[in-house]
Amino acid sequence: MKKLLFFLLLVPLLAFAAEGELHLDKAPDVSGDNAALQRGARIFVNYCLSCHSASGMRYNRLHDIGLTDKEIKKNLLFTTDKVGDLMRVSMQHADAKVWFGTAPPDLTVIARARSGELGSGADWLYTYLRGFYRDASRPTGWNNVVFPNVAMPHVLWQLQGEQIMGPDGKLKLVKSGTMTPQEYDAMVADLVGYLKYMGEPVAGFRKKLGVGVLIALALLFGLTYALKREFWKDIH
Amino acid sequence: MAGSSYEKFKSDGTLAGNLLEWVDARFPATSMWKAHLSEYYAPKNFNFWYFFGSLALLVLVMQIVTGIFLVMHYKPDAELNASGVPIAFASIEYIMRDVPWGWLIRYMHSTGASAFFIVVYLHMFRGLLYGSYRKPRELIWIFGVLIYLCLMAEAFAGYLLPWGQMSYWGAQVILNLFGAIPVVGNDLATWIRGDYVIGDATLNRMFSFHVIAIPLALLGLVVAHLLALHEVGSNNPDGIEIKKKKDERGIPLDGIPFHPYYTVKDIVGVVVFLMAFSVVVFFVPEGGGYFLESNNFIPANPMVTPPHIAPVWYFTPFYSILRANTINFFWIDAKLWGVIFMGLGVMLFFFLPWLDRSPVKSIRYRGPLYKGALAIFVVAFGTLGYLGIQPPTPSRTMVSQVCAILYFAFFFLMPIYTKLDKCRPEPDRVTFK
Repeated sequence: MKKLLFFLLLVPLLAFAAEGELHLDKAPDVSGDNAALQRGARIFVNYCLSCHSASGMRYNRLHDIGLTDKEIKKNLLFTTDKVGDLMRVSMQHADAKVWFGTAPPDLTVIARARSGELGSGADWLYTYLRGFYRDASRPTGWNNVVFPNVAMPHVLWQLQGEQIMGPDGKLKLVKSGTMTPQEYDAMVADLVGYLKYMGEPVAGFRKKLGVGVLIALALLFGLTYALKREFWKDIH
Repeated sequence: MAGSSYEKFKSDGTLAGNLLEWVDARFPATSMWKAHLSEYYAPKNFNFWYFFGSLALLVLVMQIVTGIFLVMHYKPDAELNASGVPIAFASIEYIMRDVPWGWLIRYMHSTGASAFFIVVYLHMFRGLLYGSYRKPRELIWIFGVLIYLCLMAEAFAGYLLPWGQMSYWGAQVILNLFGAIPVVGNDLATWIRGDYVIGDATLNRMFSFHVIAIPLALLGLVVAHLLALHEVGSNNPDGIEIKKKKDERGIPLDGIPFHPYYTVKDIVGVVVFLMAFSVVVFFVPEGGGYFLESNNFIPANPMVTPPHIAPVWYFTPFYSILRANTINFFWIDAKLWGVIFMGLGVMLFFFLPWLDRSPVKSIRYRGPLYKGALAIFVVAFGTLGYLGIQPPTPSRTMVSQVCAILYFAFFFLMPIYTKLDKCRPEPDRVTFK
């Protein structure tokens, strides 16, 4: 009987062969590093927020990562003058559809949406933003290893330079940009760190609070367990 | 109600005493307290498996309370806002960011949904272990299965509300199943959706079901479940009736008052449960993508079908049974067979009290046949659950077909193997310590 059960447990495992060739690079974890997150916020506002909104995110939420209202006003407000506003874009949805074929998605929770079996949402974004290559067959002239036939052109190309897809399926930098590959990777890591933060701004506080809650519950456990034992002493 | 057999409360002259006497003369306060708590005699040998009933009640209360606060800020509206995000989807992010403690309330509610099913599945498994559905507890079991059905409907309706891709396409798959019913199917599906496609009308009616209709039914059924339980008394891990052996006052020899003994014990269970619950809420609220699916962080888009649509984990065993039907049989479409077997897979639980022919209730005194059958059933159910999350491949479909057959065999062959089983004699009194 035991052997049969063991066999039954194994059969399904045999059927689950791995699939998908894509490999995601692990995104460096910059959570809690305010300087990195601030750099990421700056890149986001400068390069992404022209087309993509983050309509769940308020500018003054950036207090979380150590920015003051004054700093936000001076460095990050391009589309509005109120720090309490949501990160919206002025581009109309309908126009965007005509220009790009699809409206650029709202990026508020993109880091949460992109997580999957291959890696976290941050890993996906980190690989994606470093995975653009020249492809003359695409209307934008760009293609992507993670997101084939993506509608978005390589917005950061001036920083990274131009990559091509080699016959071995590996990317090769053929024209350098204003950043070295190391600088570019670090910049993308900051940007992805910011996107991850923006996906759930409360995440840092949530974990800190969780530790406290668990400690309190552990104490409560001791108390309730002692109470139970006291009452149950007379049950034989 | 057993109310009349209890003495009314007599005041000791204090103000509180006078008040209670006044109330008790007009309302069965004392008698209800005694009948259901301080003089409800439960077997003293409850083990680990007996925590999950009170935990299910706790989760129900938690879902209702967090739900009340979520409804204050959630907007069931499929229209797009100025940024092109559906208002319903955006209102969830508003709760997560701008409502004070909204994130905690929302995570408690979303984790609570999965916790509810974990607790209820374990509670049902306890029933299978110790024969809690057997005579005279058939009606408790039937109320319980009805609660389970309501819970599935509640979870399904609730999952549509965030209006993400999985909300939308999961509902699309399930509501389209009604279309498989011959003759009236398509009209029925349209009637349920309230539109030709899933849209604002569907979202609003699911919201109504989720916050009013189903919770009302659920609460009524829970009361019925508990009243029926307290009428016949609790089963126990030995599966014997403690009411058969009573002392001179008519109190079961192996029974102890639910309050304070089981209230203090269940509180320990509650604290342990809350610790596990908090680990999810505070550290892994997505539950590895099983409690909150990553695809559901993409707003619903009727124009883009996700490559792989998987229901939330608690539905996946039945979803696997649905998909396992791939043969058009007797001129009936495979899809309709799938719907029939999926429905049957749930409905069969109702018949358990009459399918089981064993002379004993508890697994402790059952023979190898039932033990083996239950083990195979658990493995089959778990495997079906796992396969329901995975995209189908021919080999996976074959495994799920085998598991579906094993699943149904557990029920259909039960009258035979429970009768043939070599059981051991039950003890006179419960085993304790």
